[in-house]
Amino acid sequence: MNSRLLHDLKKLLGRDGVLHKPEDLMLYEYDGSVEVARPNCVLFPRTAEEVMGIVRLANRHLMPLVGRGAGTGLSGGAIARQGGIITSFARMNRILEIDAENQRARVQPGVVNSDLSVAVEHLGLHFAPDPSSQKACTIGGNVSENSGGPHTLAYGVTTNHVLALEVVLPTGELLHLGSGALDAPGYDLTGLFVGSEGTFGLITEITVKLTRLPEATKTLLAVYESVDDATETVVEITARGITPAACEMLDGWTIRAVEDYVHAGFPLDCAAILLIEVDGLREAAEYEGAEVAEVCRLHRAREVRVARDARERDLLWKGRKNAFGAVGRLSPTYYTQDGVIPRTKLPATLRRISEIGQKYGFAIGNIFHAGDGNLHPIILFDARDQQQFRNAVAASDEIIQFCIEVGGSITGEHGVGMEKDRLMPLLFSEADLNLMRSVRDVFNPAGLLNPAKIFPTPKGCGEIHVRPAPEPATASGPAPA
Amino acid sequence: MNAASTTISSRLAEIAGPSNVVADPAQLGAYEICGKIPGAAARPGSSEEATEIVKFAAAEKLAIVPTGARTKLGMGLPPRQYDLALDMTRLDRVVAYDPGDLTLSVEPGTPLRRLEGVLAGHRQFLPLDVPFMNRATAGGTIASGVDSPLRQFYGTARDYVLGMEFVTGDGMAAKSGGRVVKNVAGYDLHKVMIGALGTLSVITKINFRTFPLPGAMRTFVAGFSSAERALDLRHRVARSPLRPLTAEILSPRAAELLSSAVAAQIEPGPMPPGALSKEQWAVMASFGGTGKVLERSELELRRMAEDAGAAGIIALGDDRVPFAFGRTREFVPIALESSAAATILKLGVLPTRMRQVLDAAAKAADAAELRWAALVRGLGVIYLALLPSEENQEALGRVVRAANDILAECAALGGNAAIPWCPAAWKSLLPVWGLDRGDFEQMRKLKKVFDPHGILAPGRFAGGI
Repeated sequence: MNSRLLHDLKKLLGRDGVLHKPEDLMLYEYDGSVEVARPNCVLFPRTAEEVMGIVRLANRHLMPLVGRGAGTGLSGGAIARQGGIITSFARMNRILEIDAENQRARVQPGVVNSDLSVAVEHLGLHFAPDPSSQKACTIGGNVSENSGGPHTLAYGVTTNHVLALEVVLPTGELLHLGSGALDAPGYDLTGLFVGSEGTFGLITEITVKLTRLPEATKTLLAVYESVDDATETVVEITARGITPAACEMLDGWTIRAVEDYVHAGFPLDCAAILLIEVDGLREAAEYEGAEVAEVCRLHRAREVRVARDARERDLLWKGRKNAFGAVGRLSPTYYTQDGVIPRTKLPATLRRISEIGQKYGFAIGNIFHAGDGNLHPIILFDARDQQQFRNAVAASDEIIQFCIEVGGSITGEHGVGMEKDRLMPLLFSEADLNLMRSVRDVFNPAGLLNPAKIFPTPKGCGEIHVRPAPEPATASGPAPA
Repeated sequence: MNAASTTISSRLAEIAGPSNVVADPAQLGAYEICGKIPGAAARPGSSEEATEIVKFAAAEKLAIVPTGARTKLGMGLPPRQYDLALDMTRLDRVVAYDPGDLTLSVEPGTPLRRLEGVLAGHRQFLPLDVPFMNRATAGGTIASGVDSPLRQFYGTARDYVLGMEFVTGDGMAAKSGGRVVKNVAGYDLHKVMIGALGTLSVITKINFRTFPLPGAMRTFVAGFSSAERALDLRHRVARSPLRPLTAEILSPRAAELLSSAVAAQIEPGPMPPGALSKEQWAVMASFGGTGKVLERSELELRRMAEDAGAAGIIALGDDRVPFAFGRTREFVPIALESSAAATILKLGVLPTRMRQVLDAAAKAADAAELRWAALVRGLGVIYLALLPSEENQEALGRVVRAANDILAECAALGGNAAIPWCPAAWKSLLPVWGLDRGDFEQMRKLKKVFDPHGILAPGRFAGGI
């Protein structure tokens, strides 16, 4: 890369703040998706001023600029698709302020999601969004992607917990959006920024809400001989006026893969399990737990197990949160989708996914947030085989097509990024997309920031990237929420 | 009627049908905003007709204000120009309701009251208990950004509006979000429509997430000798495991207003006799759930109220008043009715700073010899009504002085402030949208994207947007 730029960057950030050798950059070609692209350099700023300095230099040298947290994203959001500069927030990882009385925290973008919850646990609080990658993913990344997690049905996604942002625009200016106090007058620019997938600005500080930990939690495991029985249970729970804190489903195929690896005590001979959590006041959790158990039995659950203590609860959740890692052991590569459907359409959708798997000859496992209809079908394939790769993408597209046909969306929590950009026209008209492009241009007028993301770009078939296969023995794939 | 307005009316009649165009000045008075009356009003019957009208207005550079039940047109600044009222009340259909999916799509003119009935059939609801509830439409509620006492538990519209369809100022139909409870495809453009007062688009469809109705609800009122003690109870509840649906604090005069003859004129009527004392600060909190949950909530609340020094606590749990917070919901309309020149400040402050802000507000209002009433949402939003008995220059001077003092104090304490309601003639002299903000330039650019010709409610929004 340009030696003048390299010199200036090192002057700005110090020698240890810049990576530019090919062997160092290789690590930053990936995120949790199947996409690959190599940046020209990776930078590690420590302050918002340094981020502003980076933006100035990127502008001077017309280098694309991509923000990056932990790189756990599943849509290629943190990949430098057109090369250029990756700005890693790994060193901006301080919790700046915890205000327990007002239930607020101010953090730098590189703070790891679960670190914040751990830091406030002794105050009886937590940061509610809990993607499955929460032990690695950063809050800056969560804000950029508007991440979800298993507990979003009752607690909401990231955007419901973000009050204010400090951002550096690609034009170099520092901007404060929203405020710790509620109801700042004016347009809700904070709400617009959250989930903009790094195309509006580089986030340098975040003010979030902290949520009180529930007094009591009941975690139930219901075991089914049929997937339809499990999905009908989900609908009836809401019909009874209960909004579970979490409601996750794993199909039989996935359960067997997980159990072999995690030993969570999942039965090996069933068609589906539901992992349901209710929480709140002791009395509320007791009542709702009993109601949920009754609904499960009414819908022919073979067994309903209630976690007796925190250890049992953690084990059940370990099975769920490590499911993708477990599946990763079975195949050189897997591809995870993130489609959303109205949850009453679950039975039909699962049947369709199974048909699509048969058509292409893939094993497709299903893990999903049944409560909010957010699917994560996992297609197992071998990416070393170009034909298999293409078929995996085709199968995945067919699943997404079906999600849209039943009134759903292409992504519930992973983002569009570079993975689903070509699918956007299935949901949005050219007018919708043009308006969104114009809104992006308000903040990112030259398109320097995270280019070629979200919006469909014309591309030839030769551009499909194939990720080199990880060693099957060590694969512990990325963990979607 | 001049030739130009005749041409406009005939073109509008071509689009929406002659019976859906109002050109008679006498009838147009109903669309008045801050003393301004439009040249015409049109009532489109479909989103396509609405789109056509906006296109026509864009071509003719006619300034449009979208309207619903017209209960909140007094909010914000007067429009700089106001040629056409786009009356959306004929777009009043429930487009889709899927109780099993917890989703609802409605046209903007749908009255909230009608939705309440539709949803109650499936034991669901929208947590939008907003002022002017008896008449308010879904679109007007969203466009004005008014909040509900239920935000304590359910959040505000931004937390449960899943998507929207709208028409931009150049007559383009567009959408964002979707109709599923979880979705991150594309930018959340609908978030900026909430509270934009129609300055960015004409909303043609709103997708909501619905919520199951709590099994039973009960409201409790605790009286205190001071704001400090009332706030102390608020803080105790926040630290407790209780999950109130609403948690509000009323100043003595707010308590008096909600029990007054004026309140009796406004649905659902005044607080039950004896529920509030006009000598006391009151904490009003509602809980939902099973009998056991309500019993436990009551037990804990009574204990905490006692520890905070409550003068007394009563339950408003009987079936005749299941929604006691329906009365605090109407605080703004009641305050507006009770004074010739009610000026209502909305102050967003951190909960621990509420006491200082309330003290400063009381001091400033007392110094200006103004009656005042405060309704506080426990999460940190204060509605402060300044209630002069007359609308004249002298009262204006006192209100301006008090409002400026309060805004400055609120800003010094890290809070947000705006003055959503005041007499139209006073708007140019009061900081209606609060103090200057650093992100105003981005808002101005955003407005330019959505409304390139500046025809949508020009001037009503912050900074004259």
